[in-house]
Amino acid sequence: MSVRPLALVTALALCAIGTTPLHARTLNMQNGGDLTSMDPHQLSGDWENRIAGDIFEGLITEDIQAEPIPGQAESWEISEDGITYTFTLREGLTWSDGEPVTADDFVFALRRLMDPANAADYAYLQYPIKNAEGINAGEIEDVTQLGVRAIDERTLEIELERATPYFLGALTHYTAYPLPQHVLEEHGDDWVKMENIAVNGAYKPIEWIPGSHVLTEKNPSFHDAENVSIEGVKFFTLEDQAAAFKRYRAGEFDILTDLPKDQFAWMQENIPGQARVEPFAGLYYYVVNQTEPPFDDARVRQAFSMAVNREVIGPQVLGTGEIPAYSWVPPGMAGYGEPETVDWMELPYPEKVAEAKALLEAAGHGPDNPLSVQLRYNTNDNHKRVAVAIASMWKPLGVEVELYNTETKVHYDELSRGILQIARAGWLADYNDADNFLNLLKGGVDYNYGRYQSDEYDRLMNEATAEPDADKRIELLHQAEEVALDDSAAIPIYYYLSENVVSPKVQGFESNAFDIHRTRWLSLTD
Amino acid sequence: MLGYAFRRLLTTIPVLWIAITACFFILRLAPGGPFDGERPLPAAVKANLAAYYGLDDPLLVQYFSYLGGVLRGDLGPSFTTADFSVAEQIAIGLPYTLIIGSLAFVLAVVLGVLAGVLGALYRDRVADWAIAALILLGLVLPNFLIAPILQLVFGLTLDWLPVGGWGGGALTHLVMPVTVLALPHIARISRLMRGALIEVMNGQFIRTATAKGLSRATVIRRHALKPALTPVVSYLGPAAGYLLTGSIVVETIFGLPGIGRYFINAALNRDYGMVLGTVVFYMVLIVILNLLVDLLYAWLDPKVRT
Repeated sequence: MSVRPLALVTALALCAIGTTPLHARTLNMQNGGDLTSMDPHQLSGDWENRIAGDIFEGLITEDIQAEPIPGQAESWEISEDGITYTFTLREGLTWSDGEPVTADDFVFALRRLMDPANAADYAYLQYPIKNAEGINAGEIEDVTQLGVRAIDERTLEIELERATPYFLGALTHYTAYPLPQHVLEEHGDDWVKMENIAVNGAYKPIEWIPGSHVLTEKNPSFHDAENVSIEGVKFFTLEDQAAAFKRYRAGEFDILTDLPKDQFAWMQENIPGQARVEPFAGLYYYVVNQTEPPFDDARVRQAFSMAVNREVIGPQVLGTGEIPAYSWVPPGMAGYGEPETVDWMELPYPEKVAEAKALLEAAGHGPDNPLSVQLRYNTNDNHKRVAVAIASMWKPLGVEVELYNTETKVHYDELSRGILQIARAGWLADYNDADNFLNLLKGGVDYNYGRYQSDEYDRLMNEATAEPDADKRIELLHQAEEVALDDSAAIPIYYYLSENVVSPKVQGFESNAFDIHRTRWLSLTD
Repeated sequence: MLGYAFRRLLTTIPVLWIAITACFFILRLAPGGPFDGERPLPAAVKANLAAYYGLDDPLLVQYFSYLGGVLRGDLGPSFTTADFSVAEQIAIGLPYTLIIGSLAFVLAVVLGVLAGVLGALYRDRVADWAIAALILLGLVLPNFLIAPILQLVFGLTLDWLPVGGWGGGALTHLVMPVTVLALPHIARISRLMRGALIEVMNGQFIRTATAKGLSRATVIRRHALKPALTPVVSYLGPAAGYLLTGSIVVETIFGLPGIGRYFINAALNRDYGMVLGTVVFYMVLIVILNLLVDLLYAWLDPKVRT
């Protein structure tokens, strides 16, 4: 951009200030961070998903409880081997500019997602599609080799590398949304500008002021528009939770997508039922570096894990009641049933500490040979509180803990390079399947930060991937989880909670493990 | 005067170049990159991103292509907001910052000078002590404390003002952020003004003016005020620079879309283009403001003009 357009844009923006259109019955939502782009291929945050999922719709979409239901596709057939999916699109689908939504728009979007030149952050979520990984990694140059093809205007066929039980769920993700090919071809990178963009979701974006808000309004051409109640949404960019909560109390926001933890007790007392704290498909854990002493010894790892008094962390250290984690897979993952747990879970805490001491002693770390370890976390008040609490729980074992915090970028850069002894990490499910979490402990995986290595674990995971029978696959995943827990592969601490504050004026906000609440299911009363 | 202004502008070019160069290389020395995060990306995806933004070129090539861009007025892309280039983002946020910052600037100058004059005239009397106490509060209370307190009192308890947001630029939305921004500057300006006026009032020429039989008010207005403003003016350059580059605290707490948060957020996100872009922009702004202050000086104090 040259200097003159800069001046022009400034002048235009100055004119635009003060002319923000007002909308009756617009939902005001505090949405956290700023959007990266209106282009779904550029996104990676859950706050971005809230907007993208309102303005676009994939073949499959989420219902009021975030379960997969037909979206742009009205029906589909899956071949017996689980490899070929054939989708039939709804009749009469159109983009918000009136052009028809065709199977070609899906083919176009998925090829673009995998094209390395477009550098989509999240392309790997659709790697189950045939040749997707090869194309994205640049090994296959011809994007038409991707296992996606339009049979006719309304019929789309997707071929997978192998049977993938969670594939329909993965199709609800924004990486699988169709894109308006005609708009991209006409406007290139500028297709995302407000004046050009065409969408196929329940809402269309009409204004975006970075740092302030994204405003949407109801899309009359959406296939289920007659059942969409809320006229539009103002997604506010605001990361200061305390300020956001004050604005909520003043009636300026209808929904907060996070809450200030130190106010949680006040909320329960004074506005009961409005703070919605629910289990969320995510795990907060510590990784331990298993490539060097002392944590190359499973007894030491187990001792550190046993001495963490998980029961006090949620209610007392954090104050929001996070649920103690004794498994690697959070409860509630599709088809997985109850996760495995460590076999010492039920012991009273003093006995856990006693056994932890014995384990350390057996490993040669007694009062004469005390352990001194460094615990890393990324700078954040909550991580600090947890780290301080856990360091004090390890103290009775005769362990000296040095706390070391860095900003997030540095933390993960060093973790991925294996620079750690014990370090804080977290994982939120990308899709509703247990292997999402179990993959974190596979050998050779980048984000296996502790470098846990077990041939048996890897064998079970690989067998599960290749296993076409759903029940047998789940059984193999359970066995793998058990192996990891027996090895104390890492230290699970708690399962995340989704934390929303929802005004009584908002109807239809149902808690779910993925914390996805599409606005089309909500309504507002005065 | 024009020649002087032109020479001053010329000298900023090497300064700007040094700043860009230092900033460019220091940024790359910092550990962690723009694509590291809670959710690690597969190596292939990271490689694609690096290629997309030209981060896989040798550092020197990146450096010269960035410099070339700046010369053409192109500040490059932002890694965290793909739909707007760095220049576009500054252009979008700037009007908000300019409005809030200039209002705060005017408020700070008017109230600061007024409080300073009152303090000087009623030196060591109750009014002076009261003003001094208020000013001390303005100086020691940080904005991240005052802002939430104001929100609580005026937004929630009294319900007089909206708690936050831009609100189409309505005055009610601006009162709190502008006040919070202006407070420390009111405090500093009033201290400077009070001290300078007390000193000037002791001068021989004031005694002469008073001896001529001029009223106290006329003496102050016509003779004392202008020389007493010199230290205030020297403070206005940095103050304006501070106010017009925005404040991350005020913008974050009140949810305003200005440019104050760009620099710090960009540094944390390793958004190299955005960090450099804001550095270039701040430097140009500060150079211009300092130049204005120097010209204002010359008008206030004839000795500088030579």
